[in-house]
Amino acid sequence: MSGLSIQNLSMRFDLPDGGAVQALKDVSLDLKAGELLSVLGPSGCGKTTLLNIVAGFLAPTEGKMILNNHEINGPDAERGMVFQQGALFEWMSVRENVGFGPSMKGMPKKDKAEIVDHLLDVVGLQDFKEKAVYELSGGMQQRVALARCLANDPDVILMDEPLGALDALTREKMQSLVLKLWKETGKTIILITHSVEEALLLGERLLVMAPRPGRIHKEYRLPFAEMGVDADLREVKKHPEFAVRREEILGMIWDMEEEIMGRTEAAT
Amino acid sequence: MIPFLIYVAIFIGAFFVVKTIAQRSAISDYGSLKTVTFGDESAVTPNRAASIISILTIFLLWGMFTGSALLPKFLHAPGPFQGTETFEYTVQSGNERDTATVTVVVHPIDTPTNAPEVEPGDGFAKNDSVAIGMWRSGLLRVDRNDELGRSDGAEVIEINGSKVAPGGSVDVGWGVVNISDKGTPNIIPDKGWQMEPIWLPAPEAVVTRIGEIASAGFRGSTLWEHLGYSLFRVVVGFFFGALVGIPLGYAMGLSNWFRGWFDPIVEFMRPVPPLALIPLVIIWAGIGETGKIILLFLAALWIMAIAARSGVSGVKISKVHAAYSLGASKAQIMRHVIVPNSLPEIFTGARVAMGVCWGTVVAAELVAAEQGAGMMIMVASKFQNTDIVIMGIILIGVIGFGIDMLMRWAERLLVPWKGKG
Repeated sequence: MSGLSIQNLSMRFDLPDGGAVQALKDVSLDLKAGELLSVLGPSGCGKTTLLNIVAGFLAPTEGKMILNNHEINGPDAERGMVFQQGALFEWMSVRENVGFGPSMKGMPKKDKAEIVDHLLDVVGLQDFKEKAVYELSGGMQQRVALARCLANDPDVILMDEPLGALDALTREKMQSLVLKLWKETGKTIILITHSVEEALLLGERLLVMAPRPGRIHKEYRLPFAEMGVDADLREVKKHPEFAVRREEILGMIWDMEEEIMGRTEAAT
Repeated sequence: MIPFLIYVAIFIGAFFVVKTIAQRSAISDYGSLKTVTFGDESAVTPNRAASIISILTIFLLWGMFTGSALLPKFLHAPGPFQGTETFEYTVQSGNERDTATVTVVVHPIDTPTNAPEVEPGDGFAKNDSVAIGMWRSGLLRVDRNDELGRSDGAEVIEINGSKVAPGGSVDVGWGVVNISDKGTPNIIPDKGWQMEPIWLPAPEAVVTRIGEIASAGFRGSTLWEHLGYSLFRVVVGFFFGALVGIPLGYAMGLSNWFRGWFDPIVEFMRPVPPLALIPLVIIWAGIGETGKIILLFLAALWIMAIAARSGVSGVKISKVHAAYSLGASKAQIMRHVIVPNSLPEIFTGARVAMGVCWGTVVAAELVAAEQGAGMMIMVASKFQNTDIVIMGIILIGVIGFGIDMLMRWAERLLVPWKGKG
């Protein structure tokens, strides 16, 4: 079976003060190859924990994950990761950053150069090939991060709020780029975000998670990502269903936040 | 006090002069448009003019108060009296009084001069003469050649016509004559405001001395050998310190066991000043090269270990995660992520370590050494060769500064990504 299957994932750990945290409880999810899933939820709902478990940086206490018929344990090049920011290697040029994965595999120089050139073309950074990454703007740095991840040709791309640190305009451009790359490469993508709009725009499937314990609250299948591949994202946002969904999900998250606040107030 | 006041005056005066000149050639960059500069750290840049004037002022004061030949005469602080002068003293013995003249020759210390021959004159008090070095004073038993001396009850009662009792003093214009409790005149020629060369030699004397020692050497080694020995010890000690300290720091940053094992040792040794180890190192390894290098090794070791450790701890976890998910092995992560990421910290540590090593080597040589910059100034000070001491201090400072500049330059060249993460 091709695709990613997450089965009854739970994670619980002890705190130094004697308490325990149930970060995730019984999270199950099946993702077909080529699906784009966005994950949304208030802070503390375990969405980053979930991503780190799928990436292999954290071990779940229960449950397992199957990717392309083998179990996931530990990080691997088959699951690429794009971070919010600051994960580029500032001691390398743009070209070296993008070529990092192929270099580690020991790919011949010529093949590597081809891949790097192609990807820099795709993300529009051909002219910045030899620049140091710290000379680039935040948006450009995230383009490099995307290209670096794609250069390794992973089966799944995990994005941890990749556009969170960008300004609104750059963010919109980058959202289009993510959709374009998704369509062109056909990769399976899990994208974590704080922004309801971004989750709606980029999520072919959208997962709303609830906190304490972290669990799946609701799942949607949405048409907007497909629309956005060819259309202007601002047009997509004008779609009547978009507004309805946005209000619905915002209300949902508001309620969760209120509930958390109420619980802490009751506790004090 | 006077040099300090002059210094403050130049400081304030130069400020207003430079400000007036600067206003005429006003710069119109972004910073010049800032209205809030008090408290804005980025708006405070060193004023280059102030730096230059500051250095010139130090040399000016140095020259002024040493009577440097490099400065025009009118800038000199008043010097000590030099030349031949006289004063008269009056002696009373019973009811008899007589007056005689004392001729005083004040001569530079390094040109020995004999007291001039003088006519004895008439009366029972005879004329005297004495030679006194500049900045010195001299007791003169004026009665020794007199017909009626102290043993005869003769007493000095007047100097240049002013009454004076034992313990009193009279200003004679070119100096002061004190009468000691026993009645002997003590001649103190004017010392002026200038420093005596044995306390502070003139700048040109120091420069001449550099030339002399550079060509003739000092204590069997040339100047370059002395400095070279010191530098050699620093470089070798630092090299071994880094060779052991950096891997140790990495191990401490990467493994719980290493961290736990070495933390107490490193944290204990770090605050121990390397100077405190000198006696122990001398006991164990003697005063030769081995001892010095062990000392500098110990001085550099902890600094480098701590720098490497904090370099590893400073790696952003997202970079390591990114490298893992790009398929890097542990060895590749070490080589391509952890090492380059920790290099800026290691360079900072190396700069500190080099500075500490330089200070330590000089101190160790002060204690005991056959050659070296510290030994040179120590031995010179024992012989009051202040010019060599000052020369040594200046050269030690210049080399220390040079080492720091070199490290900064290497840092810019080798780790341009410092602080850019």
